[in-house]
Amino acid sequence: MALNASKVRADTSLPDALGRYGAFGGRFVPETLMDALNRLSAAYAETKADPTFQARLDDYLRDYVGRPSPLFFAKRLTELAGGADIYLKREDLNHTGAHKINNALGQVLIAERMGKKRVIAETGAGQHGVATATACALLGLECTIYMGEEDIRRQKLNVFNMKTLGASVVPVTTGSRTLRDATNEAMRDWMGSSGETHYTIGSVVGPHPFPMIVRDYQAVIGRETKRQSLEKLGRLPDALVACVGGGSNAAGMFYPFIDDESVELIGAEAGGRGPTSGEHASSLTQGRPGVLHGSFSYVLQDDDGQTDDVHSISAGLDYPGVGPEHSYWKDAGRVRYESITDVEALEAYGRLARLEGILPALESSHAVAQAIKEAPALGAGKVLVICLSGRGDKDAFEVARLRGEPM
Amino acid sequence: MNRIDALFSSLKLEHRPALMPFITAGDPDLATTKALIEEMVVRGADMIEVGIPYSDPIADGPVIAASYTRALRKGLKQAEILKTIRSIRDEAGSGPLSRTPMVAMLSYSIIHRQGVESFLKRAVEAGFDGVIVPDLPVEESEDLAGLAAGLNVKLIQLITPTTPRDRALAIAKSTTGFIYYVSVSGLTGERQSLPPDLADNVSWLRTQTDLPVCIGFGISSPDQIRELSPVADGLIVGSALVRRLADAEGKPREAVVDDIGRFVADLSAALR
Repeated sequence: MALNASKVRADTSLPDALGRYGAFGGRFVPETLMDALNRLSAAYAETKADPTFQARLDDYLRDYVGRPSPLFFAKRLTELAGGADIYLKREDLNHTGAHKINNALGQVLIAERMGKKRVIAETGAGQHGVATATACALLGLECTIYMGEEDIRRQKLNVFNMKTLGASVVPVTTGSRTLRDATNEAMRDWMGSSGETHYTIGSVVGPHPFPMIVRDYQAVIGRETKRQSLEKLGRLPDALVACVGGGSNAAGMFYPFIDDESVELIGAEAGGRGPTSGEHASSLTQGRPGVLHGSFSYVLQDDDGQTDDVHSISAGLDYPGVGPEHSYWKDAGRVRYESITDVEALEAYGRLARLEGILPALESSHAVAQAIKEAPALGAGKVLVICLSGRGDKDAFEVARLRGEPM
Repeated sequence: MNRIDALFSSLKLEHRPALMPFITAGDPDLATTKALIEEMVVRGADMIEVGIPYSDPIADGPVIAASYTRALRKGLKQAEILKTIRSIRDEAGSGPLSRTPMVAMLSYSIIHRQGVESFLKRAVEAGFDGVIVPDLPVEESEDLAGLAAGLNVKLIQLITPTTPRDRALAIAKSTTGFIYYVSVSGLTGERQSLPPDLADNVSWLRTQTDLPVCIGFGISSPDQIRELSPVADGLIVGSALVRRLADAEGKPREAVVDDIGRFVADLSAALR
């Protein structure tokens, strides 16, 4: 199924009418959801054509989220890596501490416009859950978040905050009790509730139109990076690095640069404990095309089509699939995907803290680790931007536990 | 002739709908699955729907999802399921089980991994007469429909209460064997009461197609079977049966098979 990796120019006008990015994407969902997805596609198209809606979203992004997020030169990290100048796109400084709010606000505004009274979401690390709960509090909508029991354990702070924000958090006890299972439960809920409920999916995954909507709302990251880079440096960066679980921050960072062929795009997947099955979450570098959660994309599956167990130190990357547009970019040769282990991510987490005074999320630490590898090869005088997708406060308990340090 | 077509033509003469129980393959084990299929046919089942377990079944309710998880936890493999179905056909001789249609219900994730054509060939060889792929909407099903037609395997498509009527007609056109009408929006699972407009929706659909229209989702009692018999060509009972498998572990196989056999006999009596 994989296309020849000899470069096909990646098309930024996709998806097509069926929600396809080349061979990937589509809608592999029960008939019960097709009407809801068609209505959502229509509503989204209306909002795109409606300047009032866009202006309202922009106002919230500026005055509530705090956008634009800064582009910061990481001088000491640059010295350590020894090569290209490393800049950080500071999505960690957004309200709620990660890029997830960009999408959550947009989608909850759509929900309000569609007259939905209730919003549901799945969450892994809890950042999307917190962002959705926040947007629902802001707009006065009822909010339910599905979260795996294992993730509830390792991301307690976010669970506490979601509840404080007025959301109900439903623990998911099926399967591996992580993001994948939370996604199953959220889809199940929506199957019976789509009349009055909007499902705010948190990444560029799932059936069409979700991967497109989430990418479009996250693309503010890449657009700002482009503008800031031109203002500060007078030119485009040479390389962009972002972590990839489902792939929303990476899609948002990369999409506005797809046609800028001089800019190298690099995604860092979760390599976990190494390439043995069940010990990592590297769908693009270790998986193969298949169907999961309503979309055709690279997945980690056995020969019977059953989803593999996956592992990552980072709850937000602990997912056996990836957004379909990433699969398309991989096969078109436009984005290079690499894998970062738990140990490398933890090391990068500590390094950014000590060198720059910034605690990155464990997810974003994968991008930092990849950038440290890329900078020397890129060489001095070149510019590399890391999408620092979130801050690491939420990970303090888990990192302390892994280090065997009491809190 | 495909066994599904043969069944519905003969039931037309009897003026009654088909009873179509669903069970999960491999819960609690394949030997029980085989014994259950044989027993249910003796007790009045007209067609058997076999659920092929999948790790991430978004279309199924908690009862069937849990059943899939139990089966997969024991390392159940696709090839063993097909072998079991083949052995049922082989041992049926010219008895009723040689004529009873069997339909596989499974996720497109599984079909895609094996390759559509290769999967369909293996399913036919095993003795299946049709497939229901609940996560493959009509927009994505063209390849499968073409290959299935060539192999005389029915592709049974679903229509739901949320399906607009023009879309329902398009789905009916691409369906073979029978139409699976989902009684309630939402998931498979037992319901106390069925929606009031169900009979009207199904009656309308039957005026629009020559295919048999069968109702599934939420049917769990002989009373509901009696209520729906006049409007449907077939009635599918799933979660109410699968629930009985949840505590099968540790019980003698004969007891589990007898319990479900009796339940199927009660359902069968309600439509005669």
